[in-house]
Amino acid sequence: MTDGPATSPAPAVEPGVPPAESPSVLVTVASVALGPPLKFLAAFGEHMMLLGRALAWIVRPPFRPKLFVEQMEFVGVGSLPIVTLVGFFTGAVSALQTVSALKLFQQERWVGFTVGVSLAQELAPVFTALMITARAGSGMATELGSMRITEQIDSLTTFAVNPIQYLVTPRIVATILVMPLMTMVFNVIGLCGGYVVAIVMSHVDFGQASELYRYWTDPKDYYMGLIKSAVFGLALALTACYQGFNVRGGAKEVGRATTRAVVYGSVSVLVLDYFLIEILSLIWPFGGG
Amino acid sequence: MTDAAPPKSERWQIQVRALHKSFGAQHVLRGIELDIERGKTNIIIGGSGQGKSVLMKHLMGLLQPDTGHIYVDGEDIVGLDDVAIGTVRRKFGMVFQYAALFDSMNVVENVAFPLTERYRLPRAEIMSRVRDLLQRLGLPGVEAKFPAELSGGMRKRVALARALIDRPKILLYDEPTTGLDPIATKNVDEMIRRTADDFGVTSVVISHDMASTFRIGDRIAMLYEGAIVASGTPQELLAAPHPALREFVETSGAVRFDAKGRIL
Repeated sequence: MTDGPATSPAPAVEPGVPPAESPSVLVTVASVALGPPLKFLAAFGEHMMLLGRALAWIVRPPFRPKLFVEQMEFVGVGSLPIVTLVGFFTGAVSALQTVSALKLFQQERWVGFTVGVSLAQELAPVFTALMITARAGSGMATELGSMRITEQIDSLTTFAVNPIQYLVTPRIVATILVMPLMTMVFNVIGLCGGYVVAIVMSHVDFGQASELYRYWTDPKDYYMGLIKSAVFGLALALTACYQGFNVRGGAKEVGRATTRAVVYGSVSVLVLDYFLIEILSLIWPFGGG
Repeated sequence: MTDAAPPKSERWQIQVRALHKSFGAQHVLRGIELDIERGKTNIIIGGSGQGKSVLMKHLMGLLQPDTGHIYVDGEDIVGLDDVAIGTVRRKFGMVFQYAALFDSMNVVENVAFPLTERYRLPRAEIMSRVRDLLQRLGLPGVEAKFPAELSGGMRKRVALARALIDRPKILLYDEPTTGLDPIATKNVDEMIRRTADDFGVTSVVISHDMASTFRIGDRIAMLYEGAIVASGTPQELLAAPHPALREFVETSGAVRFDAKGRIL
């Protein structure tokens, strides 16, 4: 704020300004202006510390593979119906829009490629992440939050079990591992949805559409989507665990934490999406093959 | 007040010396001096927000004090590393206020949890120990049930079983009778007494229930404004009650005093 020495307690007093008021105005302005960014930075730092501890516990015994499998089942198998449903209709809608647009130029045969790439790069990872945030992220925040307020987390500590290792690490790792799988399921189902709309209902020629899809779609489209989905998984699980783990108070706070887990989780997925595209496009430039 | 370690004592299981703890600007514990007698039921009483739970969490090493010492069987547990504190914690079992059973596990899994986490025992042995203990605590037939299916009193007994399964030397109870009706309170009191006798454990009970305190306490310590202001047997305490203790006891109606401060 000032260039003066750090030890100086008050800023230089300008003539005519009462010394008691000028710092308080400054402080008020500064706290209003800097408050939200500082809060954000503090919360970000706490998330990173939680992540650091959770990751450090991966390599330290005791290992409990059962907990990881349970979480993978919860995040993955449990989300399968919703991912399938959303995937089918996402592919269907996307095909419908594409066909109606391409019809203007009589280029409907490109529908397979367009739907395939947009699913692979954007729709599948983002929508899967949003679905899993809504379903598994909210579940994690609620579960950890109610474990916190009923002292179950404290009681873990009394048995010399580290609660971060026992509760947070499996959730984060499982979500990171499962997200790409779910994204791939979304891709496949989405293509099925697109097939039904484009080929079956709009009578686009299957041979041409599939050939163009095969020729123009690149594995890198899928790699990008899968890498993104793993990062989304990390973000949404970390947000959910942070919110649940740090609940203080009663049932109302658990509800708030769940809401925050879903809102912050979804927002961070969408924000991360942009930055990940920027980063990944350095590795795989747009238009390159 | 001495800083030198007290000699390992046959009589005292836990000795707390000059314990201070602050949370931010809040100075919660202000120089606690407390002795916990081996094999007896030790009760720490005090109003809400006086730091009872904070003190109890220190006894088990769940919180680290700012300054001071806690000797468990003569060993200072302040500042021990994770592994050493883990060993110390095995001497303890804790019964939480609302039982704190894991609601994703059934009764057997809950009770077996300390064993499955701490040792590699054959499943048959774990199961037989769990069944024996549930039997002894009067809990047959609940093995496959989940905590949500149990009554408040039963949940507390399952929590006690979980705390006892690894044969602790010291049992901590955090306000065990809060939220229970008078009958259930009496049952829990009996459970604490009987556990102390049957299993030979040292019990430390945090409470603000005066009737229970005088029913089951061998030693009572009063926590007031961050310090132990009175401690001793119930008779000793009532013979010359500290003003805070007197107010506490009188308000609860458990014991009445005459004008000169004698018990009526």
